[in-house]
Amino acid sequence: MKPFEPVIVAFCCHYCAYTAADMAGSMRRCYPPNVHILRVPCSGKVDAIHIMKAFQKGADGVYVAGCLEGDCHFKDGNLRAARRVAYVKKLLDEIGVGGDRLEMITMSAGMGERFAVTASEFTEKIRRLGPNPVKGAAQAKQKVAAG
Amino acid sequence: MITAERKPIEEIMESVRPYNRILLVGCNECVTVCAAGGRKEVGLLSSALQMTFMKEGKVLDVKEMTLERQCDPEYVEELVSAINQAEAVLSMACGCGVQEIARRFKEKPVFPAVNTKFMGASERQGVWAERCQGCGDCVLGLTGGICPIARCSKRLLNGPCGGSTRGKCEINAEVDCAWQLIWDRLKALGLEKRYEDIMPAKDWRTSRDGGPRRIIREDLAS
Repeated sequence: MKPFEPVIVAFCCHYCAYTAADMAGSMRRCYPPNVHILRVPCSGKVDAIHIMKAFQKGADGVYVAGCLEGDCHFKDGNLRAARRVAYVKKLLDEIGVGGDRLEMITMSAGMGERFAVTASEFTEKIRRLGPNPVKGAAQAKQKVAAG
Repeated sequence: MITAERKPIEEIMESVRPYNRILLVGCNECVTVCAAGGRKEVGLLSSALQMTFMKEGKVLDVKEMTLERQCDPEYVEELVSAINQAEAVLSMACGCGVQEIARRFKEKPVFPAVNTKFMGASERQGVWAERCQGCGDCVLGLTGGICPIARCSKRLLNGPCGGSTRGKCEINAEVDCAWQLIWDRLKALGLEKRYEDIMPAKDWRTSRDGGPRRIIREDLAS
């Protein structure tokens, strides 16, 4: 039985979070390969449907990473993102997937260490939570069919 | 606009659980403005329902469509191309739209996905408040543009009750006293004298109290 390797999707804003990820790379600071980074111009570009579709397609955890409060390159995109993340967390609770599989994280462009630390911590949190229940039933059926 | 709020997912699931293929229809007017049943909300609900089915080991096929309005037969007719493939219809429009779909497609089960609330206006982005009760006999000209029917908890027509405290209604500290608002407005308009004009007992027959209503324009009805 292979150990569970979570699939994490990270929506990273170009100006801060993505640059922080790049900084982590330059520092040779490792973070788990489970994290798949999607660059967006601003965390405020991330819509609720993007997050829902990520879970629907099998992501075990999703986080939206943007600039620190007050420092958004586009003024308040990160604040809008935080409100949207809170809304989707509630929706995920309602459908039984679990709002704790989704987080809003903020950082500045120079925080390579923070990017790596939050990526690791989030991956471990999702590893403890287990696979996305949306996949669970299908996988269980496959196991039963395989004998 | 007519405001609405999405029903809890569990309640919607009770309606659609028996089916495998549904038509999810949004509306581009009022429910879009109050973020309850427009194109975006159709996408979100579709994803939420599909994930709920996947959790139960089943597949839900959702056809998503958003009509310009669901309260006009010409727009509802556009569903003809998609209706045959669906076992049931889930409408995110207000009650008017749900009923129009049910009227046109009598053999298809139609379910509401939102609870229709009230006729209201945006106070600011994301906040909508009740403004009109459709009483059929508008007195807004006499009350400085504030409606005593919709905004006074008791629908009083001649000034506040004894429960008006610091401009708020006694039922809830967050509800403005409509008559305080009316007085302030009349004062700002220099029309304090109008405050003392007595409004007689309202004839509620023009409201829903007189039965389901209809408007017929002879010049337009064929």
